[in-house]
Amino acid sequence: MKSWLIHPNAKRILLAFCSIPFLLFVYKILTDDLGPNPAEALIRGTGDWSIRFLCIVLLVTPLRVWTNTVALQRFRRIIGVSVFAYTTLHLLCYSGFDMAFDWDDIVKDIIKRPFILVGFVAWVFLCLMAMTSNNLAIKWMGVKSWQRLHKLVYFVAVLAVVHFYWMKSAKHNFNEVIVYATILGGLLLWRLARALKLTTIKKV
Amino acid sequence: MAVFIKSTQIHEQDLLSREVTPRSIFEQRRTLLKGLTGAGLSLGATVSGSALAQSVASTNAGGGKLPALVGAHSSLAGAYVVDKSTSYADASSYNNYYEFGTDKGDPVKNAHTLKTSPWSVQVEGLVKKPMKITLEDLLKVHPMEERIYRMRCVEGWSMVIPWVGYSFSELVSKVEPLGSAKYVEFVSLADPKTMPYVGSGILDWPYTEGLRLDEAMHPLTLLTFGMYGEVLPNQSGAPVRLVVPWKYGFKSAKSIVKIRFVEKMPSTAWNKAAANEYGFYSNVNPNVDHPRWSQATERRIGEDSLFTKKRKTLMFNGYEPQVGQLYAGMDLQKNF
Repeated sequence: MKSWLIHPNAKRILLAFCSIPFLLFVYKILTDDLGPNPAEALIRGTGDWSIRFLCIVLLVTPLRVWTNTVALQRFRRIIGVSVFAYTTLHLLCYSGFDMAFDWDDIVKDIIKRPFILVGFVAWVFLCLMAMTSNNLAIKWMGVKSWQRLHKLVYFVAVLAVVHFYWMKSAKHNFNEVIVYATILGGLLLWRLARALKLTTIKKV
Repeated sequence: MAVFIKSTQIHEQDLLSREVTPRSIFEQRRTLLKGLTGAGLSLGATVSGSALAQSVASTNAGGGKLPALVGAHSSLAGAYVVDKSTSYADASSYNNYYEFGTDKGDPVKNAHTLKTSPWSVQVEGLVKKPMKITLEDLLKVHPMEERIYRMRCVEGWSMVIPWVGYSFSELVSKVEPLGSAKYVEFVSLADPKTMPYVGSGILDWPYTEGLRLDEAMHPLTLLTFGMYGEVLPNQSGAPVRLVVPWKYGFKSAKSIVKIRFVEKMPSTAWNKAAANEYGFYSNVNPNVDHPRWSQATERRIGEDSLFTKKRKTLMFNGYEPQVGQLYAGMDLQKNF
């Protein structure tokens, strides 16, 4: 099982998988298969996949520890940058479809509406992490600083849930919010327990 | 009973030359409607066979699967908008009807379990003549009219729908509200056996809505039985619903089973769920934002494509000349 994880094509295949939701969006735009309100479907769809990839990237380390498969660790970069990519698409869809790239209106929205501000801050954190998602940055920053910077992903997880919760509360429909909050909460709690040495998990 | 002067004055925004019906179609419609109104409209009558019916139905064609219900031309000011009607496919498959699911595609999939016959509406409260009126009798209270209204959802999208019904005021005059009646409450069906989400806690059931008496009496307020020349599909609130075009769509209660005339402002479903977001009046107002988004613009389903800028929302959804006077002197920021 572990040999195909370090196969040279493993990362390429992973990248292909991460691109599938994006390709499906493009396909649905071209075939007009996004329903009566395509703009809303895209804004929501890109948001959905942003938070899903966030769940997946935070799952890598626990999975690595549970299955004792160090090779999994290399996949965090591709999945993490995918989180940034889909979040950027989500921001672009909102800026374009909702706000027609009117930067004045967008800035006003960010300042005036807490749920948009929260989302925007999460995206800024993701930008910082995306920009430093390369070996040059790790070398330049030093491993310790890089690791500290990339703990921002935990804040992104919290901000994402808050953003989603505020959005859904207008529809009074919290089922999906509860699912993501539980998954992300669980993944963060696992790290907290590990950091506090509350479990006997060896730090691999 | 309040007297409303039906104005036939054409407002500047109402008519553009490209929207004027070609004369040949106009003449054909008049012939068809004369025949229909003379014979009396029944729920079962189907006119889809004839070529005349084709021309009437062409711009606002229904799905072709439900019995026909055609309305006569209305001379009421505001009865027709010049905006292009939304396609029947979109109007009947993009619905907020939480009793059948919270996704907009859920009602069209799930509402087949709704039982629309037998159906009766209980009219009670502060009225001289309370009654339990069957759907069949309700249909006979007044001849059906066609009304092409804008429908603006609070979420920021909108449609244009050709409804079929009559002014709710016609029913009100039959029951004769007492002087103490200040509001009208509308109660929708909440049957857990036929409506899968009525067991959930997502909203307080039954779905209730309400209007001030003068809003209810306004001739634009439509007691609605059909759309696109057919009876209402289940997901759109069959068999009888309300349409209040100058308010956000959630005020237009679906599948009505009870109408109560009351003294105190009734509590309404979305106001109970989120009082700071959904007020009693919920008039369409580009100057009053929702806490989470601006209401200044909207996306017209089917018209505003992905890459067109959203269009400006009109005050009172464009019905300011007809309903503005109801709110003269009111602080609409406070009474949202």
